[in-house]
Amino acid sequence: MEAFLDFFFGEFLVTGQPLIYGAMVSIALGSITVIAVLTYFKAWGWLWREYITSVDHKKIGIMYIIAAIVMFVRGGIDAMMMRIQTSLPGMTFLDSQHYNEIFTTHGTIMIIFMAMPFLIGLMNFAVPLQIGARDVAFPFFNNLSFWSFAFGLALFNISFIIGGSPDAGWTNYAPMAGAELNPGPAINYYLLGLQLSGIGTLGTGINFIVTILKMRAPGITMMRLPIFTWSTLITALIIVFAFPILTVALALMTLDRIFGAKLFTLAGEGMPMMWANLFWLWGHPEVYIVILPAFGIFSEVISTFARKQLFGYKAMVYAMVIIALLSFLVWVHHFFTMGAGGGVNSFFSITTMLIAVPTGVKIFNWLGTMYRGRITFETPMLWALAFIPNFVIGGVTGVMLAMAAADYQYHNTYFLVAHFHYVLIAGTVFGCFSGLIFWYPKMFGHKLNEKLGKIFFWLFMIGFNVCFLPMYFLGFAGMPRRTYTIEPEWMPLSLTATAGAFMMAAGFAVFVYSIYYSFRYAERETQGDSWGVGRTLDWATATPIPFYNFATLPEFDSKDAYVGMKDKGETTYDKSKVEEIHMPSNSGLPFFMMLALFIASFGLVWEWFWMAIPGLIMFFIVMGIRSFDYNEGFHVSTKEIHEIEQAARGEDSK
Amino acid sequence: MGKFISRAKRTLMLPAFALVIFLSGCADLVVLDPQGPVAESQAELITFSIIMMLGIVAVVFVLFTYMLVKFRYRPEKEGNDNYDPTHHGNNKLEVIWTVIPLIIVTVLSIPTVTTIFELENPPEVSADTEPLVVHATTANYKWFFSYPEENIETVNYLHIPTDRAIEFKLSSADSMTALWIPALGGQKYNMAGMENTLYLQADNEGEYAGRNANYNGSGFAGHTFEVIAQNEDDYNAWVTEVQESAPELTEEAYVEMLTPGLAANSEYSSTHLDYVDHGTNEGREYIVDQHGGELGEKLHLQGGREIWDE
Amino acid sequence: MSAHTEATTGPMEYRTQEGRMNILGFWIFLGAEIALFATIFATYAVMIGRTADAPPPQELFSLPITLLMTFLLLTSSFTCGIAINEMRRGSKNGLLLWMGMTLVLGLGFLGLEIYEFEHLVHEGASISSAAYWSAFFTLTGTHGLHVTVGLGWGILLLIQLYQRGITPRTASKFFIFGLYWHFLDVVWIFVYTVVYLLGMVG
Repeated sequence: MEAFLDFFFGEFLVTGQPLIYGAMVSIALGSITVIAVLTYFKAWGWLWREYITSVDHKKIGIMYIIAAIVMFVRGGIDAMMMRIQTSLPGMTFLDSQHYNEIFTTHGTIMIIFMAMPFLIGLMNFAVPLQIGARDVAFPFFNNLSFWSFAFGLALFNISFIIGGSPDAGWTNYAPMAGAELNPGPAINYYLLGLQLSGIGTLGTGINFIVTILKMRAPGITMMRLPIFTWSTLITALIIVFAFPILTVALALMTLDRIFGAKLFTLAGEGMPMMWANLFWLWGHPEVYIVILPAFGIFSEVISTFARKQLFGYKAMVYAMVIIALLSFLVWVHHFFTMGAGGGVNSFFSITTMLIAVPTGVKIFNWLGTMYRGRITFETPMLWALAFIPNFVIGGVTGVMLAMAAADYQYHNTYFLVAHFHYVLIAGTVFGCFSGLIFWYPKMFGHKLNEKLGKIFFWLFMIGFNVCFLPMYFLGFAGMPRRTYTIEPEWMPLSLTATAGAFMMAAGFAVFVYSIYYSFRYAERETQGDSWGVGRTLDWATATPIPFYNFATLPEFDSKDAYVGMKDKGETTYDKSKVEEIHMPSNSGLPFFMMLALFIASFGLVWEWFWMAIPGLIMFFIVMGIRSFDYNEGFHVSTKEIHEIEQAARGEDSK
Repeated sequence: MGKFISRAKRTLMLPAFALVIFLSGCADLVVLDPQGPVAESQAELITFSIIMMLGIVAVVFVLFTYMLVKFRYRPEKEGNDNYDPTHHGNNKLEVIWTVIPLIIVTVLSIPTVTTIFELENPPEVSADTEPLVVHATTANYKWFFSYPEENIETVNYLHIPTDRAIEFKLSSADSMTALWIPALGGQKYNMAGMENTLYLQADNEGEYAGRNANYNGSGFAGHTFEVIAQNEDDYNAWVTEVQESAPELTEEAYVEMLTPGLAANSEYSSTHLDYVDHGTNEGREYIVDQHGGELGEKLHLQGGREIWDE
Repeated sequence: MSAHTEATTGPMEYRTQEGRMNILGFWIFLGAEIALFATIFATYAVMIGRTADAPPPQELFSLPITLLMTFLLLTSSFTCGIAINEMRRGSKNGLLLWMGMTLVLGLGFLGLEIYEFEHLVHEGASISSAAYWSAFFTLTGTHGLHVTVGLGWGILLLIQLYQRGITPRTASKFFIFGLYWHFLDVVWIFVYTVVYLLGMVG
């Protein structure tokens, strides 16, 4: 018993840090509140039926986005703690080890559990609507993907109260992250949390490729696809070829750490740099996985609020294809300083710089889309417009980093930190905000308050520049990334950056408030085309969107399908064409399948095979059950369709 | 809408404004103030690229502002605002803005590639003297500088002669690290079981900050060293002094220093290369053999440099 | 969205929209599997020669066993092809028989692989001996794990076939299983060439 208590309080629970106790208390209080609210409103059954087991792409998309926003808060708190610690020299807010854990979780969470699920959520919500489909190709697997992501997220996040957070950076380089130099469960959480959520990402990739290739409405040819759908297709292709690399890399390091393999170790002639190569062979394409969908969103939003067709549609598509191909040919630029020799570094310098060409084409095409338009400044458009100048700053500094000989001076400095925040925030995060605000009325039946949205935008956007622009100069001043304390000479710039971070946090708080405010007070949407200027089929549906999306669809003959429909006076409800609709049934199996894998992974984290093996067996049993599941879904009668459509359109159903 | 434009202008001004403040206020930008030929060729490349990039930024910002001002929606001008919802491309323009970036990439590639190859060798200005060989080895937040020809070793600082290339032989006993002396030039990785070569050179006497730039764990922030660049006579006098007055570095003392922790500066009249070279395949397991399970210890450093030194 | 519009001609597994999408989805999954195995092969290639204190592969590999393994797996791919052919002809018993044979041959392959692993471990080459052996066991083990999963999957499908006969749903499942099985065969050819043949040359 004593031994158990020793283990429980000594190793299992993270103890000794007041900040962690605070976090534990707030997590406990938060969980109790959620449970109490759900119980009070008798909402458990509703939650289970309507969301947890749902195969509806719209609800799955919303669940992804909610999880991503929660993770944005977690990652953001990490970021604020880092900015406070590095605001002044000699700060004792965090010690070095604690700081290391925080930047590790900040990076991992923001990329894997914030940016990607946010965009996957938006894809889930919008893509089937944009191509006129009733759901994705594999609705069951879509739910499975979500739960794989959600349980991976849970596994990664519990590390900071149970066992300790990973501390080797989001890049998790060997041999620092190997068992020789870093024993214990912390790194295992990283490996298994990412592995678990990676299954879902791969599933999503396959799902969207098949959806887009096979489920387009009649007349929506490939070259008439909305550009966000194109960006999703290309992203999905990158996922399919990049994620298996991460799967292997994580599995190999898991073998090293838990089963004594010698792949990335110091002993047994292991090869630590192989990790760096595999990691970035996945990691660079990963960057484009989170940027291309954002490009797609910006294209949609700019063309919508400039009230014009997209400029250079074909060039936009080809540019994304070229970016996707090049993304697999540049990974070495993450370690020019490894000493691979002049030839290798020259090759990867040039391939990296070449990415600027298709990206530049896209920038000019967005400017071309604005040319001869009628631009209005609704909040989604503000984010899309702010993206252009800010992203260009991130882009040109990316070209500077690509020049290997100069990179020897920038590598692992704040110059690099500034660069990737400029592309990931001005690109991905602005894109997520733009897309969320854009589709918000279709998701929840009301818009977000425009005035609060503008305050949010200006605070966040200016704060972002105040925070990250000084970091370029900190790089020139010789400040390395990931250092928990600063030298006195870096103080003015670093303090400025912290002030900017607080502005961003304030802006985000306004955003959170605007969700509440709009929920209470915003005008409810009465028609489907929320902004009045929609161009794609997502705006052709009624609001709220019927669960089967479209009762009927006309035959399309041009891009911007909904523009054509509006011109011809067509709707998604042609009484004469209504037929029975076949829809898939909800299923609780994915939840249990991934719960089983979660248990198995948790067991592996602690090297408890008595837990890992039953978890795996349970997983295979649920898989078997699924194999015998011949549920064919259900049919929606024409009567019900008429009722739903007429109610949604405010018509009398008589 | 007018309010928006004035806001937009202010936003666009912000970067320029900030730039001016920072450059005047805290202009200690060591990377752009090179103290040797390697850092100098890198600073030249960086400056060249900054100018090119500012040009690109200027073009995009001007076009962007033009589009916003010219094509924002004004209800009163509807009808004669040149609006065309079906306008969707212009092949000539698209070819132009594909070709121009390609030219820019070419222009940037040429000096990049020549500099990359140039840095693979000792600086040309000191081609007539043999480079000074220094093995720079890292182990758990400490730097070991071994001078094989002089048979001396220093911990966490090193002396170098000016106007002579230094040939650093980089390796690590454990995690991957990177030797970086921003005033003298860019970094390269130290890795276990292999050896990297980095050429640097100081033209001016002085003390320069050096550090490990690649995150390697809980003592990373303290994993720094000092570089003292002296003229040849002073340097030689220092070498002689260390050879004569410093103790030998015994294997036991060395092994003890390999565990996680920071260390004070020290010097020895022999090198650890006598018993292990971590840069070879034979040396890669040394630390694991010596310390096995003790390498996972985490440091909890608090505050800044002045506190660790105590 | 039109799963109920079922074609009445053509191979049964392609007749429903769902069947077609499942097959396309599985092809894409195989694309991901190629990326997965390519990464493991690359790792293996990098680790060649890094045997540290463990015995080198030339001393341990046994040609007869691996040749027999190859023979079993190639034959099972052939019988799997016949099974799908029987399915197309609508012969439930033919499908049961040939698919059963496929699984038996697969089981034989797996048995030999386990025997070989045991032999290697006995000779001092385990996953924790050295980088090379870690990569070796990862590569062959990943393939072996795929075969094991395939065996379990195949058995479940045979039960379903026994219960339901050949329908568009079961046909689609068997067809996809066939793709998977042939894929494993192709991967094994690479494993055999790169690991065993080249490994013995040395």
